[in-house]
Amino acid sequence: MTHLLEVENLEVRFALRFGDLTAIDDISFHLDKKEKLGIVGESGAGKSVTGFAIINLLSKPGYIAGGRIRFEGREISRLSAEALRQIRGNRISMIFQDPMMTLNPVLTIGTQMVETVLAHRRVGKAEARALALEKLRKVYIPSPEKRLDQYPHEMSGGMRQRIVIAIALLTDPALIIADEPTTALDVTIQAGIMELLTELCETEEMGLILITHDLAVVSQVTERIAVMYAGRIIETGYTADIVAHPRHPYTIGLINSLPGLRQAGSRLEQIPGMMPNLTAIPAGCAFHPRCFLATPECRAARPELVAVNGGRQWAACHRLELTAGRNLLHH
Amino acid sequence: MRLPALRAGSRKFTHGADPAPDACRSLMFAFIIRRVLQAILVMVIIAFIGFAVQHSIGDPVRDMVGERVSLAEREALREQLGLNDPVLVQFGRFCWKALHGDLGTSYFHKRPALDVIVSKAPATLELVFGATVIILLFCFPVGIYTAIRPRAWFSRLVMAASTIGVAVPVFLTAIVLIYVFGVELRWLPTYGRGVTVNVGGWDTGLLTADGLRHLILPSVSLSSIMLPLYIRLIRSEMMEVLETEYIKFAWAKGLSRWRVWLLHAFKNTLLPVITVFGVEIGILFAFTLLTETVFQWQGMGFMFLEAVERSDTALLVAYLVVVGVMFVVINTVVDICYGLVNPMVRIAGNP
Repeated sequence: MTHLLEVENLEVRFALRFGDLTAIDDISFHLDKKEKLGIVGESGAGKSVTGFAIINLLSKPGYIAGGRIRFEGREISRLSAEALRQIRGNRISMIFQDPMMTLNPVLTIGTQMVETVLAHRRVGKAEARALALEKLRKVYIPSPEKRLDQYPHEMSGGMRQRIVIAIALLTDPALIIADEPTTALDVTIQAGIMELLTELCETEEMGLILITHDLAVVSQVTERIAVMYAGRIIETGYTADIVAHPRHPYTIGLINSLPGLRQAGSRLEQIPGMMPNLTAIPAGCAFHPRCFLATPECRAARPELVAVNGGRQWAACHRLELTAGRNLLHH
Repeated sequence: MRLPALRAGSRKFTHGADPAPDACRSLMFAFIIRRVLQAILVMVIIAFIGFAVQHSIGDPVRDMVGERVSLAEREALREQLGLNDPVLVQFGRFCWKALHGDLGTSYFHKRPALDVIVSKAPATLELVFGATVIILLFCFPVGIYTAIRPRAWFSRLVMAASTIGVAVPVFLTAIVLIYVFGVELRWLPTYGRGVTVNVGGWDTGLLTADGLRHLILPSVSLSSIMLPLYIRLIRSEMMEVLETEYIKFAWAKGLSRWRVWLLHAFKNTLLPVITVFGVEIGILFAFTLLTETVFQWQGMGFMFLEAVERSDTALLVAYLVVVGVMFVVINTVVDICYGLVNPMVRIAGNP
């Protein structure tokens, strides 16, 4: 059976004056209907680039250098501009990080919603407006009729992100790509937005790709996780398995750095060093300079993803035997 | 050409604020009132400069009377004219007269200075109008195209040409145009306004074919100084807007490219451009001095240079005041338009 979305050996590069930079290096994952996948990593790991590559909306000079992206059985890179437009905002919707910047400041909410409907459906303006009202109610916007005639700056950040979600829902998409949907919001509002998003995925039967650096959010929401580091997926599998028994030292470090259950007053763990710059990705395993298990082998050869935990989990590390069956988590 | 104008999308937002429509309207009203008060203040300052010029350059009594008038008579005349009053009183009188349309009498024309200016104004206004039409006609399509397709050969050509256009002084452009289209090709007339028609006291060349033909070369050369600047301004503003998140979101919504470019991007580009427009229309008036001289265009600029040659102080001061007032009025109107286009100014009441 084919999946809703299949990404195979995707490679994204940025064409720069001094040569190409590889931002995404040979990543593969898939997503089924109604499934929720989390893509986790630090800034610069290539999470957002992956999201934009799926709808072929990489900002220049980025381009897809290799691999395949199949959505509903169709190869994205072979579609015409018009066919792509018909998928964007229609079958695949995106939610961006900062709701303050996502909505056009000089157009009313109503305009920005109605135009989305009209771009994909053969309906009249009145009908499009009615649909917009329906979706605004779905994201619990109070007095939606009034909101339609307001401008984005007349609303709070949380309210705007709800409106962005409502726009994403307008055309009943099969897949929503949410790129750090709660990062720019207050913590109190974050939970509400996340809850709304997961609830809607259930009721509207949509797939969700949740791109975030927040492992805590991902573990609460998604069924599966892909952990990215320096443009590659270094560990992937079911969320429950990975959170309980992470096998890659980077994932272990990420989980250990969560404040979560740590004793009050104790220092937070952190992974030493920084994510490498794309221009200077270390040879071998890109994580080796920061890894507490690194050996000369890690410097020499790049590890590939291998199945562990009876095929329920995949990790790319030379020293998986060291992380097997041991609890390296601190809580 | 970069302005610190309030850029749409900047983070100057009021969280959760939800002003009632009535409040918005009264804020907009307050905004207009404040702009008008500011405009009045600027006009008073302009009037003061004009007054100071008249006060310090030359002696009105000497201008009025001949050599043979005695000192006592001169002194009596000074007293009679109020020239011995305190400066502020004289300034008050100057403003009062100016408000009643009396800006002094031109020594050369022997007519009220304002009458002279008003009789020359239609020529200048039509020239500025012609240049503005040319600018508006070309700057938007060309600016938008060069922003959307920065690498196309046409865009590169425009950018190169605009650099030259900005660098070449307007009188040189005018002379080249006269040489090519007037002298060599003999397509267009090169001086004067041609046949004009008087419509309600306004001598217009816009209604006759000959008048329009005479308008072409002066308008083109006047626009040549501003058009490249506008194209570059629109291009750079639009390119900046095209990089924003909301444009990316518009693409992600699957909108057609024309809608993204001409509505989402262009409307945001327009805000800073409108502000610059107000200032630059004033500068166009300044450049009419050169254009009118080269083309012997009988407008205010031509009149001004003549007045300088004849040391006609009263006319110079009147010109200064009239042009200053025009500047202020245009800028105020543009600011209010800006407030109407930008919803954020409307709410905040603070451009």
